[in-house]
Amino acid sequence: MSTTPIVNISTLNKWYGDFHVLRDINLEVGKGERIVICGPSGSGKSTLIRCINALEEFQEGEIVVDGIELGPNLRRVDEVRREVGMVFQSFNLFPHLTVLDNCTLAPIWVRNIPKKDAEAAAMKFLERVKIPHQANKFPGQMSGGQQQRVAIARALTMNPKVMLFDEPTSALDPEMVKEVLDTMVDLAREGMTMLVVTHEMGFAREVANRVVFMDAGQIIESNTPQEFFANPQHARSKLFLSQILR
Amino acid sequence: MTDLSAPSFVRQDLVAERAAPAKTTGFIGFVRTRLLNSPGNILLTILGLLLAWYIVVPTIKFLLVDAVWAGKDRTACLAEKAGHEVGACWPYIAAKLTQLIYGFYPEAQRWRVNLTYGLGAALLLPLLMPRLPAKGINSGLFFFAFPVVAFFLLHGGGIAGFGVSWTAGVLQLFEQSVGGAGDLLVNLSKSSAIAPLPWALGKVLVLVGFLIHWLIFPLTWLRDQLQLSSLPVWGDFLVTAVIVSAVLFVLGGGMRTGRRALVGSLLTFAGIAVGIKLMGLDRGGFPIVDTRLWGGLLVTLVIAITGIVASMPIGIALALGRRSSIPLIRIFSIAFIEFWRGVPLITVLFFATYMLPLFVPGNFAVDGLLRALIGVAIFTGAYMAEVIRGGLAAVARGQAEAASALGLSWWKTTSLIVLPQALRYVIPGIVNSFISLFKDTSLVSIVALFDLLGSLRASFSDPNWSTPTTAFTGFAFAGMIYFVFCFGMSRYSLFVEHRLNAHRRH
Repeated sequence: MSTTPIVNISTLNKWYGDFHVLRDINLEVGKGERIVICGPSGSGKSTLIRCINALEEFQEGEIVVDGIELGPNLRRVDEVRREVGMVFQSFNLFPHLTVLDNCTLAPIWVRNIPKKDAEAAAMKFLERVKIPHQANKFPGQMSGGQQQRVAIARALTMNPKVMLFDEPTSALDPEMVKEVLDTMVDLAREGMTMLVVTHEMGFAREVANRVVFMDAGQIIESNTPQEFFANPQHARSKLFLSQILR
Repeated sequence: MTDLSAPSFVRQDLVAERAAPAKTTGFIGFVRTRLLNSPGNILLTILGLLLAWYIVVPTIKFLLVDAVWAGKDRTACLAEKAGHEVGACWPYIAAKLTQLIYGFYPEAQRWRVNLTYGLGAALLLPLLMPRLPAKGINSGLFFFAFPVVAFFLLHGGGIAGFGVSWTAGVLQLFEQSVGGAGDLLVNLSKSSAIAPLPWALGKVLVLVGFLIHWLIFPLTWLRDQLQLSSLPVWGDFLVTAVIVSAVLFVLGGGMRTGRRALVGSLLTFAGIAVGIKLMGLDRGGFPIVDTRLWGGLLVTLVIAITGIVASMPIGIALALGRRSSIPLIRIFSIAFIEFWRGVPLITVLFFATYMLPLFVPGNFAVDGLLRALIGVAIFTGAYMAEVIRGGLAAVARGQAEAASALGLSWWKTTSLIVLPQALRYVIPGIVNSFISLFKDTSLVSIVALFDLLGSLRASFSDPNWSTPTTAFTGFAFAGMIYFVFCFGMSRYSLFVEHRLNAHRRH
């Protein structure tokens, strides 16, 4: 299934004070793989993907992203962040900038791309998420679904090798979930490596190569979606599925 | 039974007209629906009218009706001469106007002050109008070029050298102080019981000073050569321009992308050259006007504008420092802020003016006005820091996270994402500090600087204009000036707030 691993997490441990959030996490993500991480709230799934681009520090273990090693000292965090795009639950668009400026900010200031080229590239990504005509609006003037699609376009403008999604649809009204999921499905079809924390099991079934189930800071089960939904191995995953799929 | 074919009812005559409904629009409607619509509001209306009667009427009577408008000296403003009760004595203001605006600034040189006012206004007004282009150049001129030009215009004096000489001078001072400290320690060790440690340390310092001396030798040599030439300022200027432009060219990316930096640098130096030439700085500049002669509105504006411009960066730096994760920076910021906030401004000014000269070495005299400026800037900066910190706290954490996730460094995240939002949140608080600072400038009169209020009070003692209403007239006039500036700032901040919050409107 997996070819060369693009993200390799080995024996990752993290504590918040005395609380052991992540316990001995080992996860290998191949190039082009789509992994859905699910589990009850507080199981550490958001924390895990936030560790990958060093928004959270960790105390033990190592994460290698596209050959860049990230240890507990986070020395090469800037290099990693350039390769990893992130989409947040609460969008986190910059409210004081227009949609277009949101999308050109990082290319201009991180990659030193001339403004014109950055804008042309940003428009291409905005077309891909199907909102090019809103480019000069401010985020506050758009619906939640549109904002989340802009957030996806913004992350893509940096040409990341890996995309992290932290519950991208949890803050959306039900009728807007679909437009965001459709965008993510398109992205998956184009072969992007994706790590998605979500409760959208339909999405998992449709595009994931692998479902990772976490509980209490540990990876309990990791399997293909077909196997995971049809034949969960652990009592905890069975309980979770029975509650979420009704 | 009644007749079934009875016709339906038809009225024979017209209905009488109904009275018109009570008017709810226009002035009468407004009075009825807003002012007299309930017993409580009737009472408030009457109270308001009474208050207006007792405040507005006497004010107008004093300022306009009973005022004396023309006259040569105090006799014009006396009741016996005017023939009626005398209100404001405006001829007194007319006679003292120049003193209120310029203080004791020599009359022949006052055009310099006017020119500075004019330059400042010409640079500031376009900066305040969002519609006009070239904000970058404009703010560069206002915040960096204008203060320097204003200094040479208002204070006068010229320059003896340029970049090379100044850099060499500063480095030489550093070298001498290091070497001096070393010598001091070595001498100290001779008369001390614990000789070895200070001796060794002193020798090391002397050695370091010696090293610096040789490191900076090329620069000092160049300086000396330039000073010996026939045009020291222009020679130095040329060398500085070449060195700085070359460095910028290389840093900007050399032949590939450095051309913009090179052109910008050359244009800047050309501008500086024009400024030097126009003001004749290479030939001694304008006659020096000591700051003790400055006064009136000039001092008020110099202190207020310097304070406003300088307190922002100080405040931002302290606010960021206070939120820093580096303990040393955080502790320093907290201590600095709390110290300056805990001390009254009067104490700060007193300390800067009368105590500081006792502590610093004799040959290191700092101008009195400059000391007050520094005191006011730091004092306001500490207040500003807390206002800005409030704004920083109001920016959601996700904003900084999203920026970091895109690969932006801490500096870029802060300056492009966090600060712009934070400052928008606290515009009212910032302007509040500015207005408060503008009025606090009047406190400098207790350290023998004559600002607007100080000049005014000084003019009270003129026997030529001593009348019963002189003081009231003067304070009324000063009050109006302060009000115009403060109200202007307040209105402008509302405008900016409205404009910058475009993104929150739907």
